[in-house]
Amino acid sequence: MSIFFTLLRRELSSFFFSLTGYVIVAAVTLLTGLSFVVLVQTLQTDPSPMPVTEMFYLSFYFWLILLLVSPVITMRLFALEKASGTFETLMTTAVGDLQVVLAKFTAAVVFYLIAWLPLLACLFIIQHYARQNGALDPGTLYGMYLGIFLTGCLFLSLGGFASALTRNQMTAATISFAGGVGLFSLAYLARNATDAGGWQAQVLACFNLFDQMHDFARGVVDTRAVIFYASTTFLFLFLTLRVVESRRWK
Amino acid sequence: MIEVFNLTKRYAGRTAVDDISFTVARGEIVGLLGPNGAGKSTTMRVLSGFMPATSGTVRVAGFDVFHDSEETRRRIGYMPENNPLHPEMRVREYLKFRARLKGLGWKKSRARVTTVMEQCGLAEVGRRVIGQLSKGYKQRVGLADALVHDPELIILDEPTIGLDPQQIRSVRALIKSLAGRHTVLISTHILPEVEMMCGRVLIMFDGRVLASDTPENLQRRMAGGSQVIAEIAAPLEALRAAWENLPAVAQFDVAPGEGEFFRCALTPRDGHDLRPQIFNLVQTNGWSLRELTRSRHSLEDIYMQVTKPTTEEVE
Repeated sequence: MSIFFTLLRRELSSFFFSLTGYVIVAAVTLLTGLSFVVLVQTLQTDPSPMPVTEMFYLSFYFWLILLLVSPVITMRLFALEKASGTFETLMTTAVGDLQVVLAKFTAAVVFYLIAWLPLLACLFIIQHYARQNGALDPGTLYGMYLGIFLTGCLFLSLGGFASALTRNQMTAATISFAGGVGLFSLAYLARNATDAGGWQAQVLACFNLFDQMHDFARGVVDTRAVIFYASTTFLFLFLTLRVVESRRWK
Repeated sequence: MIEVFNLTKRYAGRTAVDDISFTVARGEIVGLLGPNGAGKSTTMRVLSGFMPATSGTVRVAGFDVFHDSEETRRRIGYMPENNPLHPEMRVREYLKFRARLKGLGWKKSRARVTTVMEQCGLAEVGRRVIGQLSKGYKQRVGLADALVHDPELIILDEPTIGLDPQQIRSVRALIKSLAGRHTVLISTHILPEVEMMCGRVLIMFDGRVLASDTPENLQRRMAGGSQVIAEIAAPLEALRAAWENLPAVAQFDVAPGEGEFFRCALTPRDGHDLRPQIFNLVQTNGWSLRELTRSRHSLEDIYMQVTKPTTEEVE
């Protein structure tokens, strides 16, 4: 266990030692800031009964952040170590493959959540000036962050998998971006699909990320969505583990 | 300490290591010598547990490197080729991180890091960022990393590559100081290095081990065929007759040298040392002798000789 925390600490600190880490935080802050400005402007002209979190979600910035930022966070996880050769020194110590995969994934998730913190400040500012308790209640806030966390896990595990496949960071980022866009397109299809019925439609409905996230942003936690995100995340983590192990049977 | 039996490693159709077997005893310093692409690094990667063998068994300290991977990895300090490090970390921080990864407790890792930093002459750069260190210091950081968990076996892949002569000397001295306490396996393609550091040499070429012996024995084995060069001023016919009458001379070649001197290249029979006989011969005949040398085969010759036939086969 202590090896896991040693690895986690090193992975996290490497985000802050690299310029990329700060660029990511700056980019997320910029995008949340932009959405904040848009939100305030709309509220000025026509007041809305929606919770602030839901309004934020309905601006497209959320998906933009997710699609653009998760590949950048995850691209270096394995690819950089493979390219520099430190992967070899890492895997010849007493660490296990699973420990490495989990530590890298956890570090990416923690960093991702840190990057989302400025949003919290924006939400509180709005609530402060709206002077309405309904604008931001703890339930919707938790729901929103749970949604951010779960979608993040899915996209980051996908990115981690992409990074394990290659030793080139740009390739890793491209693969995970393509994967993200693929998921996004599926979600789009799922939302606009007519109720055709049948198992295909049901499977497709699981990929309806938009409505799922919309529910989270309203403070509605749907178990189906939670299970969907958790299982897809596990799938990608499992695949990553297999890729890391693959050097043993290649 | 190391037992390798019929190790073969194939990468996508190419055989990097072809059915090699060797053993290394505890406390030995063994050099793996061979040109680039001979399979040295692959052998070391299999030994270190980074990748498995295609076939064959490899044991370190009695544990199988594949089946008891973790047990063996705890006992090995491995420095890969090109010594990869995390450039953004500080020396002390990096070594502590590595010590923790190798399963040392918090207190133990602190103590060990201090010890190896002194051992490797890193005490004064502990707070420097690795990326800004000179190559020699980086190499020492890599060595300190390999030593930090006090492993029984230390595997160093080309530890002196890219260093200046001064740095090479200090790294060599450091490696030599590990003899006895640790078992060391070094790969290199620099010959004097093995002569200086290693108790035993394994010559690898094209995925196979071609020779395994002490550097001295290898030299002795070759000395049997070593020529004696003598430059003598004497009548040509008398010289030729003298060599023909000497039973210890297997072959001779006389070529005119400067002035009245002739340059004679003599190959002895059965490893005889011809020099005293030549001296006596010159003295009794009243000739003058200008040079008398036995060409001593360096490891370089042995290396060239051992690897040569195969090179031609390949071509």
